[in-house]
Amino acid sequence: MNWHNVITIARKDIKEVRENKSIWIPMIVVFLIFSVVLPVIFILAILHTAESELMTEPMKTFFQNMPTSLTNQIAGMTLEQQMIYLAVTYFFAPLFLILPLMVSNIFAVDSFAGEKERKTIEALLYTPTTDKELIMGKLLAAFVPSQIIAWIGFVIYSIVVNLTGYPTFGRIFFPGLLWVVLMLWIVPAVSLFGLGVSVLVSIKAKSFQEAYQISGSVVLPFIAILLMQIFGVIYLSIWFTLVLGLLFWVVDWIILYIGTKKFRRGEIIANMV
Amino acid sequence: MTETNVIDAKNLVREFNGKRVINRVSFGIKEGEIFGFLGPNGAGKTTTVRLLSGVLAPTEGSAWVMGYDVRSEPLEVRKVIGVLTETSSLYERLSAKENLAFFGHLYGLDGEMLNNRINELLQFFGLQEKSMDKVGTFSTGMKKRLSLARALFHDPPVLFLDEPTSGLDPEGARLIRNHINELSKEEKRTIFLCTHNLEEAKELCSRVAIIDNGKIIAIGSPEDLERDLWQKTEVEVNLDEANNEMLKFIRELEIVMNMRIDKEKIFIELGSQNDIPVLVEEIVHKGGRIFSVNQVSHSLEEIYFRIREEKK
Ligand SMILES: Nc1ncnc2c1ncn2[C@@H]1O[C@H](COP(=O)(O)OP(=O)(O)OP(=O)(O)O)[C@@H](O)[C@H]1O
Ligand SMILES: [Mg+2]
Repeated sequence: MNWHNVITIARKDIKEVRENKSIWIPMIVVFLIFSVVLPVIFILAILHTAESELMTEPMKTFFQNMPTSLTNQIAGMTLEQQMIYLAVTYFFAPLFLILPLMVSNIFAVDSFAGEKERKTIEALLYTPTTDKELIMGKLLAAFVPSQIIAWIGFVIYSIVVNLTGYPTFGRIFFPGLLWVVLMLWIVPAVSLFGLGVSVLVSIKAKSFQEAYQISGSVVLPFIAILLMQIFGVIYLSIWFTLVLGLLFWVVDWIILYIGTKKFRRGEIIANMV
Repeated sequence: MTETNVIDAKNLVREFNGKRVINRVSFGIKEGEIFGFLGPNGAGKTTTVRLLSGVLAPTEGSAWVMGYDVRSEPLEVRKVIGVLTETSSLYERLSAKENLAFFGHLYGLDGEMLNNRINELLQFFGLQEKSMDKVGTFSTGMKKRLSLARALFHDPPVLFLDEPTSGLDPEGARLIRNHINELSKEEKRTIFLCTHNLEEAKELCSRVAIIDNGKIIAIGSPEDLERDLWQKTEVEVNLDEANNEMLKFIRELEIVMNMRIDKEKIFIELGSQNDIPVLVEEIVHKGGRIFSVNQVSHSLEEIYFRIREEKK
C-alpha cells in the first residue's frame, strides 16, 4: 500500500469537508452542547438546589444499588460533590463516545456516499490507486478529525467542569483514571467502529441521506449505555470499560478486515445511478 | 491480443442484476486512432469505457489496453489511460488548482514538477486566470476543459472521452474538438471517443463503431460503412453542355445503372468505384467537357439511421 496516496486522499477529503459549512456547523453545535452547555447547566442546577431536595427517589435507589468500588470513590464527599462527581465522571461519559462517533460517521458518509452522490468519485476511481488505498484514505479522512475533535472536546470539558465545580470542590477533581482509559482505549475503538459501519453502508447506499440515516443508528447502543447508567443498570467501571473497548476493537478488526478485503471499486460504480 | 492494437476487446459482456447491458462486444483500436463509439442514450457507451478502464469487471470476455489485461492488471491499465468522465467529476468546493493538484499527487507528482504541470495545463486550456476560483463557479465549458486537463495530467498514451462536447455551446464544443484534434495529430495519442454527435464523429474519427442495446451493429471507417450500405457508387457530373444527345449517350452506356437529373445536376449510378474513370473516358471521348466529377457521399447521420433501421 502506498501511504502517499492514502494521505493525499484523506487530506483532500478533510479539505472538502472544511469547505462544507452544512456539515461542520451542526457538528460544532453538538460539540458545544456536549462539552459545555449540558455539563454547565447540570452542575449549576445541583449547586443551586437545596441539599435536602437533591435526594429524590430515583437518586436514593441509585445510591443504594451502587457498587462498593463506586461508594469508595465518593466517600467523604458532600452530597452535592458526590452528585457532580457522578454526573461528570459517569453520566456524561457516553456522550463523549457519541461525539467522535457522530464526527467520524458524518465525515465517512460525506467522503464516501457524498462523493458518490456528487458524482466526483468516478474520476478518483480511474486513478492508479488501489482499492485498499482508496478505502484507507477515506477511513483516515474520518478517523483523524474525529480524534482531534474528541480530544479538544475532552480538554474543554475538563476545564469547564473543574471551573464550574470549583466553588464546591475547591480543587481539580476531574479527570480520573476512567477518563484516561476512555480517551485512549474506547474513543478510538468506537470511532473506528462508527466509521467502519458508515463506509460499508456508503458503498451500497444511493445517496448521502440514505447512508447517513442508516449508519447514524450506530449511536443507539451508546444512548442505551447512557440510559442504563442513569438507571443504575450498569456503570462504567474501569474493568467494564476495558472489556467494552476490547469488544469494540475486535469488532473493528473484523469490519475493517472484511471491508478492506472485500471492497472493489467496481461495486461503487455498479451502485452509482 | 494483437500486437498492433492499443485497445482490444474480445466478447465483452456486462450484466447488472442479471440484465445484460453489454453484449459480446469486440473491437481493436490501433495506435494514434480516434475511434468513435456512437450510440443512443443507454446503448452502453459509458459502461464500455468503465469495462475498458479497469474499474468495472466484465461478466464475461476480456479486454486489453496497451497489452494490460483489464481483469488481472487493472492498476497497470489505469496508469496508461486518462478518462474524461461523462459528468465533470470535479470537486466543486475546491479550486481548479486544488483539483489538479489532488490528481497530480495521485499520479506521483510533487513540488515544482507538480506546479509546472498544473500551470502548463491551465495555460493550454485557457484557465490560468481562474486557477484559484472554486470549480463550483465555473461554466459547463470551463468544467469540461478542466476535466480534460485532469484526464491528461499524467500524459497518458490512451484517452477515453465520454461525450466531451455534450452540453456545450457551439463555440465551446469547437474549442474542445480542436483540442482533441491536436492531441491526436501532434501527440499520437489513441483516443476512444463516445458521442452521439454524428458530425463530431465524422470530423474527428478515423473509424467508428455503432452500438445499440449493448451490441455493436456496425464497425469501420465512415466510408467503409457507407460502401457496405450503398453498394452502388453514385457520382455527380458537372458537364459544360449537357444536351439531350449527350444525356442519352450516357444513359445507354453499359456501366451506367441509373441516371437522374436533379436541379440541373446529373447524378449517375455506377456498379463500382472502378467505373468512374471509365465513365469519364467515355464522356470525354464523346466530346463532352467535364468541369467536375464528385462521388456522392452520405452523411454519417444517414449511415447511422440506415444501419439502425436495418438491424431492427
Ligand atoms: N450501475 C448500473 N446498474 C444498473 N444498470 C446500469 C448501471 N450502469 C448502466 N446501467 C444500464 O446499462 C445501460 C447502458 O448504460 P450506459 O450508461 O453505458 O449508456 P450510455 O450509452 O453511456 O448512455 P448515455 O448516452 O445516456 O450516456 C443502460 O440501460 C443503463 O440503465
Ligand atoms: Mg454515457
